[in-house]
Amino acid sequence: MYQDVILDHYKHPQGRGLRDGDAEVHHVNPTCGDEITLRVKLDGETIEDVSYEGQGCSISQASASVLFELLVGKELADARKVQELFLELMQSKGQLEPDDAMEEVLEDAVAFAGVSKYPARVKCALLSWMAWKDATAQALSGDGAKETA
Amino acid sequence: MTVQLPGLLDTEAIRKDFPVLDRTVHDGKKLVYLDNAATSQKPRQVLDVLNEYYERHNSNVHRGVHVLAEDATALYEGARDKVAGFINAPSRDEVIFTKNASESLNLVANMLGWADEPYRVDRGTEIVITEMEHHSNIVPWQLLAQRTGAKLKWFGLTDDGRLDLSNIDEVITEKTKVVSFVLVSNILGTLNPVEEIVRRAQEVGALVVIDASQAAPHMPLDVQALQADFVAFTGHKMCGPTGIGVLWGRQELLEDLPPFLGGGEMIETVSMHSSTYAPAPHKFEAGTPPIAQAIGLGAAVDYLTGIGMENIQAHEHAITEYAVRRLLEVPDLRIIGPTTAEDRGAAISFTLGDIHPHDVGQVLDEQGIAVRVGHHCARPVCLRYGIPATTRASFYLYSTPAEVDALVDGLEQVRNFFG
Repeated sequence: MYQDVILDHYKHPQGRGLRDGDAEVHHVNPTCGDEITLRVKLDGETIEDVSYEGQGCSISQASASVLFELLVGKELADARKVQELFLELMQSKGQLEPDDAMEEVLEDAVAFAGVSKYPARVKCALLSWMAWKDATAQALSGDGAKETA
Repeated sequence: MTVQLPGLLDTEAIRKDFPVLDRTVHDGKKLVYLDNAATSQKPRQVLDVLNEYYERHNSNVHRGVHVLAEDATALYEGARDKVAGFINAPSRDEVIFTKNASESLNLVANMLGWADEPYRVDRGTEIVITEMEHHSNIVPWQLLAQRTGAKLKWFGLTDDGRLDLSNIDEVITEKTKVVSFVLVSNILGTLNPVEEIVRRAQEVGALVVIDASQAAPHMPLDVQALQADFVAFTGHKMCGPTGIGVLWGRQELLEDLPPFLGGGEMIETVSMHSSTYAPAPHKFEAGTPPIAQAIGLGAAVDYLTGIGMENIQAHEHAITEYAVRRLLEVPDLRIIGPTTAEDRGAAISFTLGDIHPHDVGQVLDEQGIAVRVGHHCARPVCLRYGIPATTRASFYLYSTPAEVDALVDGLEQVRNFFG
């Protein structure tokens, strides 16, 4: 489960720290106390930045770092495809063996395939991704603007 | 080499009673079960009684005149007698069966919300709890406070994991109607000073509720010596099945206080306009109760009594003393709670440097060691000590010094892995 890629991201998180954003959300995983505050900044249909601050286990923290690397700079439509594929992988209960096509889309995120075998940890891996989805929806509806003020 | 400590039980014999302790996990690793504060394992003696009940006597209780109905009723009420003896209750009618300690505590909170004077919790009155409560002894009182307008107050904690009673006269006042606190903390392990709190509560005429969930399995429990008004605990942490809890209450209170759940079993007569209620404990046991589970709890009480609660307490004290000492040898390990075995139970929470407890628990699990990680349904305690969560090892009558050693070795591996 603890692939080197995951431990690398955990020890050297990419994009960590809160920066300017269009919307901010705070998500928690109540069973274990993992928390993340995440901001999304959009430039039209492009994701200009995703910034975050949080505390939690190696899985939740590494997942946020991978998310930053994967999504920043992408068009929203492409980013949603990545998010949906990652969700599918995490909900696969270890049944899904990542192939080359999947690896091309998910890159480092395929390292989380093993986590999907541990029901208690799937929520850790998905925490930042659910926060990103929520923040993006808020940014697009304009609701989030006041929350980052 | 086997570590010998004074006061240890014959765990080799005891472990034979618990089939699950024989199982291996993760490709042949010996199971080291250190999650006893979450739930205990069940001895063969309890499992057999459950099976026999369903195979030979299954029926509903307190109705029907046939043999099975009489068997089931006698076994169910027999379990009540056993529990009453186990906690030294003055009367068997003071023992109410619930489904768990949470239900027991919710039941008291609701009795007091609907009660007449002098017990009624209402606007202008105060409820007192502590910062080390399990959520099950926080949320029912928050709900009661919100619904009635009463004020919720609490005792804070000292840095070494004990109750801060320095301001006891300001916290418990003439306005206080009820003081509810945990006897042994599920997260810190702290054994609380009952006498001092009860004395102050009695001075102001407040009722005292004690959550004994982490005490009943581990030490002799005497409700008369505690001098409380209500004592709650659960069966599954003391070798019994899940789905059975106990609320003990003083008889005169149970007579005066109103029922909470209505239904079959709890009535005397019913018309379309009104009903009268059965005497306690049945007044508080609406509907078909957890019959097999109560009988299973009775068997658990027999099992524990056979070994002797004093002996179990001495065994756990020895294990806890050893575990505290060994854990403190682990670099970067910080015990959250008392750092000695004095006035503490056998649940030990700790942090390990910056390594998140989830990761600690996962790497321990890979070695066959089962611990609990998270905030243990006591999030205010984590907030108080500025930590997101803890890893908790908790011991019971079948725990051995070798299992403590396995935990310490396992933590060394965790440190190597994430270090």
